[in-house]
Amino acid sequence: MSVRRNLLRLHAALVLGALVGVLAGCEGEHPQSTFRPVTEYGVILDRLFDHTVWWTMPVLALVWIVLLYVVFRYRERPDAATPRQIHGNAKLEVAWTIGPAIIVAAIAVPTIRTIFAVQPKPPADALKVEVIGHQWWWEFRYPDFGGITTANELRIPTGRTIDLVMRSADVIHSFWIPRIGGKRDVNPLPAQPGHPEHGATTAHPNHIIFRTDSVGVFYGQCAEYCGDSHAVMRVRAVVSTPEDFDRWVQAMNVAPAPAPGSLEAQGKQIFETHACVACHTVNGTNARGVLGPNLTNVGQRLYIGDQDRLKTTPENLARWITNPQEFKPGAKMPGTKQSGGGLPPTGLTDEQVRAVAAYLYSLGRTTPAAPAPTTTTDTTSTSGMK
Amino acid sequence: MATAEARVRAEFEPHGGTGIWSWITTVDHKRIAILYYVTSVVFLVLGGIEALIIRLQLAQPNGTVISAETYNQLFTMHGVTMVFLMGMPISVAFFNYLIPLQIGARDVAFPRLNALSYWIFLFGGIFLYSSFLVGQAPNGGWFGYAPLTSKQFTPGLNADFYSLGLQALGVASIMGGVNFITTIINMRAPGMRLMRMPLFTWMSFVTSFLLITALPVLAVALFFLTFDRQWGTNFYQVAAGGDPILWQHLFWMFGHPEVYILILPAFGILSDIIPTFSRKPLFGYAVMVYSGCLIGLISWGVWAHHMFATGLGPIADSFFTISTMIIAIPTGVKIFNWLATMFGGQLRFTTPMLFSIATVGLFTVGGISGVMHAASPADLQQTDTYFVIAHFHYVLVAGTVSAVMAGTYYWFPKVTGRFMSERLGKWNFWLFFIGMNLTFFPMHFIGLLGMPRRTFTYSPDLHVTNLNLSATIGAFILAIAFLLLIVNVLISRRNGAPASHNPWGAATLEWATSSPPPEYNFGRIPVIHNREPLWLPGKEEVVEAAQARPGAIHMPPPSFWPFFTAIGIVGTFALFLTGHWWAPLIGVAWTAIGIVNWAYEPTH
Amino acid sequence: MNHAAALPAEEHFETSTGLNTFKLGFWVFLGSETLFFGSLIATYMVYKGASVTPPYPSQILNIPLTSISTFVLLMSSLAMVLALAGVQRGNRAQTLTWLLATAALGSLFLGFQAFEFTEFYHKGLTLQTNLFGSTFFILTGFHGAHVTVGVIWLLMLWVQALRGRLGAERALTVEIAGLYWHFVDIVWIAIFTLIYLLE
Repeated sequence: MSVRRNLLRLHAALVLGALVGVLAGCEGEHPQSTFRPVTEYGVILDRLFDHTVWWTMPVLALVWIVLLYVVFRYRERPDAATPRQIHGNAKLEVAWTIGPAIIVAAIAVPTIRTIFAVQPKPPADALKVEVIGHQWWWEFRYPDFGGITTANELRIPTGRTIDLVMRSADVIHSFWIPRIGGKRDVNPLPAQPGHPEHGATTAHPNHIIFRTDSVGVFYGQCAEYCGDSHAVMRVRAVVSTPEDFDRWVQAMNVAPAPAPGSLEAQGKQIFETHACVACHTVNGTNARGVLGPNLTNVGQRLYIGDQDRLKTTPENLARWITNPQEFKPGAKMPGTKQSGGGLPPTGLTDEQVRAVAAYLYSLGRTTPAAPAPTTTTDTTSTSGMK
Repeated sequence: MATAEARVRAEFEPHGGTGIWSWITTVDHKRIAILYYVTSVVFLVLGGIEALIIRLQLAQPNGTVISAETYNQLFTMHGVTMVFLMGMPISVAFFNYLIPLQIGARDVAFPRLNALSYWIFLFGGIFLYSSFLVGQAPNGGWFGYAPLTSKQFTPGLNADFYSLGLQALGVASIMGGVNFITTIINMRAPGMRLMRMPLFTWMSFVTSFLLITALPVLAVALFFLTFDRQWGTNFYQVAAGGDPILWQHLFWMFGHPEVYILILPAFGILSDIIPTFSRKPLFGYAVMVYSGCLIGLISWGVWAHHMFATGLGPIADSFFTISTMIIAIPTGVKIFNWLATMFGGQLRFTTPMLFSIATVGLFTVGGISGVMHAASPADLQQTDTYFVIAHFHYVLVAGTVSAVMAGTYYWFPKVTGRFMSERLGKWNFWLFFIGMNLTFFPMHFIGLLGMPRRTFTYSPDLHVTNLNLSATIGAFILAIAFLLLIVNVLISRRNGAPASHNPWGAATLEWATSSPPPEYNFGRIPVIHNREPLWLPGKEEVVEAAQARPGAIHMPPPSFWPFFTAIGIVGTFALFLTGHWWAPLIGVAWTAIGIVNWAYEPTH
Repeated sequence: MNHAAALPAEEHFETSTGLNTFKLGFWVFLGSETLFFGSLIATYMVYKGASVTPPYPSQILNIPLTSISTFVLLMSSLAMVLALAGVQRGNRAQTLTWLLATAALGSLFLGFQAFEFTEFYHKGLTLQTNLFGSTFFILTGFHGAHVTVGVIWLLMLWVQALRGRLGAERALTVEIAGLYWHFVDIVWIAIFTLIYLLE
């Protein structure tokens, strides 16, 4: 038998496996990695993961070493007698029942401690952000700031505890920005019982509570399958200094006013007289729709519609308005020629689209007090992070 | 001599024939097993093709091979196929073939019910796949979370095919479970005490209990879904106060036992093969039995570890963390006992043994990652990512499928009287081993680096392109390995080297009778005195009895009514698609005709 | 529910446990049914008091009436026992009487249920009205379907007895039907207690 050759192949396969691991490291920065937390919450989870790795890897190693030893040592020899017929060994079996039990206990104890540590009551001074999942975009409301509303980019300041209060407007989503920490499902909440004497409702929103000291943009996306465009239901957390954050809040309350006669003004007029306003809001204008993302200061956002391929430029805005389905299949927004979300095509001409795009692009850019973040990923990192 | 043969013929009349009609009407557990096996492999190929298209789409970021809608149908059907149409029925194929042979019975307890189970499975599978013909295959994931599957969010027939198809398959599984439990409890040969049964039969026994207890829960969850969709009930409707989390609880109460339904038979297969090729009895037989039972039992108390991100609160999280971790202990014991069985043995590296050894090693990888996401806070980073995909493919591909491959090579000589080609077998094994690891090992990293599962595309910014490409290449290597298995079966069926009744020198009872076994399995039912009837003294008597000339054995005659009734049962569910409340009644009437004819059919 | 599958090995040796295989198989099946009804009942309990709109259970459930129908079903179990005793003794008259009585009491129970459902419908409770409607009708409906199957089964046995084909040698067939009947009865007791009596 070609045992030796086979084992050689086995080794080759194992080396291959290791290479694959190395491959991962060679691809460059991982903006959605679970290994580079920027919050205490993320660090705790990462530490627990490391803990499980350290306690389980010896078991894996042991099994493989014994397996390889047995395979080498006890392969059949032509002249060998029948091996000793051992039916078991109580002591050994007790030993390898207790062994795994100890390892499991060693993992379970810090795990239970962590379970309670990462589900605290939100502190009273936390900055509350309501997260509302929609097919296939994220809505963020800031009740502490007069209910300003934005979409797909979570704006938060450093140095303050953030309390995300999450619910869904349709199906179950899951909010996940790996560098901030673990995901939590974003559930639609059952309606309140109509018969109060029958006990309390089970409906409660999920929270993610964290604090970060790192300025930067952190990548995330929906983690619970939610239909057609689940894969592109992405989210960015834009963390800025408290001062920058305050400026952003101020700017969200400023009504934009494009110069009369400009392309932007033309766009505003088209925007406000077409189907757009049925779903979209722009603060300070008559656009008051609530079915789609709030577009106040949309020009400040890093991306539009698709949090990957469409950096916010007038050209990309125009591409999105022309055919959103190209980027988010099933999106509930009609294009110029395609229907969407049960609505007929908007029928806007390329000319009109360009004007609307120019208008939207100008939103938030005409007010100089609100800078868009310049970095796309963080460079700083808090102490104690890997 | 000639007169003796004539007398035998007069005493035992085989229900012969090899035509299509004989297969449709067969109630012979061995032929039904072959039907199960072949059908499962066909579904394996279909599910495999779906997987390959998925991998092609994900080979590069922003892939454009298929649309989002198609992708979502494919990953859903891949999951549904591999769990319900491949994983479960291929185990049932082994149950069917081996349980009666291993315990010394002539057939299962209810042969026609057995045939009915098969036909429901087949028609249910065809029903599910017919959804592709109307372009509305299930697209809500194999786990079909509410409220995405509601009429509001899935207006098409997709979720109806899902709920009705699974409902039909569930009926078949429950019937199968009842049948196997009764067979094992009641039809053992004299002296075949429970604690003398081969481990495979033991694990089938535990699995059958999981089948009859888990599937009814799924049935209820699916009924709610069907009623919500067809008649506007409110079970998962938040506007009416319904809670979609109810679906998650019901689904995973079924779904986690289901995981062990898929893996326990594999444990049984390994526990039979490893002793044979180590020339040593199984180390710690009793502990292996008890640990299997314990796994089955605990599997009922771990369901919410699929729901750590759902927000059940810290108390529930803690409970399910601990129960899940506890299940690692009996599983670990099994692995160590397999190692101890090989330790000090005389290992023969036949293809079944290679697959078994690989299963022990690679399943451990899946077990370890399982412990990692049992730690619920760590799981918040892992759940619904490719890390989980890596985990359960190590369990189900390197565990279940690899063990099934081992079992195929091991029991093929019993089924056909011929060996499978060892040369092709070695190729088969190494391509499987390499392909499997190349596909699924990188997925650990893909997940931890932030790629969620069930996504039709990913951003190049995530920098997981190379890893994904590796997985795609691995998937195609894996596909070649499966192709080789099929080629090997087809070639060896006619041209394989002839095999004796016990070609591997195994210890268990199925190897006492001739290869292939006669319709009646054993000429005389042998008397069993120990766990290794073909190794220990007395083995000659056992073989002699098994291969004795048959006396006046009565075997159940073929029946057309299982086939007929299965059409009615699956038809009942399928007719719900019409949306007319009375349409399913046609299926009910058809079923009733089948059952009445069945009941009054002479069985002598 | 059919009970005529073949027993190939029966003629050759006793079953391993001494239990009849059909009976054992049927017990296993009933075990599976327990989980089915268990899940339905659990759902009812979970959604108790979660309805958003009326009518609520306390406004609509008719406990005295259902107590009577429960009593009817309990009596049918007694009749079933007597029917089985009749078959076992080979007493055709007793068999016929009590099989018919069991089926009749079962039908009467179904009549009560039909009346109750109609009554609820007129009071505005349907499958769609609220969670109470959905959980109530599905749970009691599935139970009613089981009773219906049982009644049909009993009537089939009765016809066989009428034709003189249900002698003492077929006591097992009746015993299994009895197992089913008692099971359905016990499930109802659980439903009655949890839905009607428990506040």
